[in-house]
Amino acid sequence: MTKKLSELRKGEKAMIVRVNLNGLTRRRLFDLGFIPGTIVSVLFESPLGDPVAYLVRDTIIALRKDESEKIEVELIN
Amino acid sequence: MFGRKTKNQNLNFVQIEILPSRKTKVVALAGNPNTGKSTIFNRLTGLKQHTGNWPGKTVSRAEGEFILNDEKFLLIDLPGTYSLLSTSEDEEIARDFILFGNPDATVIVCDASALERNLNLAFQIMQITNRCLLCINLIDEAKRKGIEIDKDVLEKELGIPVIFTNARSGEGIDELKEKIYAIANRIIKPNPRKIHLRKEIQEKVDKLKPLIEKAFPGIYSSEWIALRLLEGDKKIRAAVENGNLLEMINKGLENGNGELK
Repeated sequence: MTKKLSELRKGEKAMIVRVNLNGLTRRRLFDLGFIPGTIVSVLFESPLGDPVAYLVRDTIIALRKDESEKIEVELIN
Repeated sequence: MFGRKTKNQNLNFVQIEILPSRKTKVVALAGNPNTGKSTIFNRLTGLKQHTGNWPGKTVSRAEGEFILNDEKFLLIDLPGTYSLLSTSEDEEIARDFILFGNPDATVIVCDASALERNLNLAFQIMQITNRCLLCINLIDEAKRKGIEIDKDVLEKELGIPVIFTNARSGEGIDELKEKIYAIANRIIKPNPRKIHLRKEIQEKVDKLKPLIEKAFPGIYSSEWIALRLLEGDKKIRAAVENGNLLEMINKGLENGNGELK
């Protein structure tokens, strides 16, 4: 069962399954480390819930919902 | 050959307006954000991070000099970047310099604790230039985290020299200088591992390359431009179509060594 990265809550961990974006945005996310197979977790949420800071490949990267809802992840325990 | 220490390693800042003489070897410092590039820069030059504005750019880069074995090196501290393929202004500066500035050596600075992430940029740079080396910085921090890096295996796999540094304490800086010297003077010729393109893509690149070289004589990195065109990079495409490619590149290179080879 996959869900959107944007649905991941603080403290949860997941593996990226698919990045449903094209062109430069896709490229950019790959460059930032959001590559299928990568483990991500939610570190902080901004007061209004957008953007959210993720821990990905040992670096903190914040994404807006526009991007994070296009990333499919699988929850891991 | 490196035994003799030069007295004035701490050299004065190069005025941005003055172009370096052709004899000066140009060394680029590239790397992801927050890998300690500027600390390395300061260590090498003895400067305290001096930034200079680039005409027409809001983002700055720093330049400094150091002397090794009586030879002058101009060191360019590029903005931190995750990739050479993205589109932020900082990244374009770094990208254009590495691609078209034709530096004599490029130091790829990595964070020892996040090597996997950092190797993305390393592979992109290795694709463009053979004259590069990997500087794994913050090695002390990684050790504290229990991370061990096998330098020999990494050198063998990547095909370029690997140096461990802890810029804060100065560890590894002398070795880094020696390797920069050797690469810039073609004493060491690294043979970086290149990424093999899929056959159908390579065929298209091979078709485009001569066309780009014909349209823009003397251009450097025609393969990279061909790949960007295939990927649909609108900016590069527009520059190729309206013939402004060289102009765009030169604008980005003002005050670098500026020569296209």
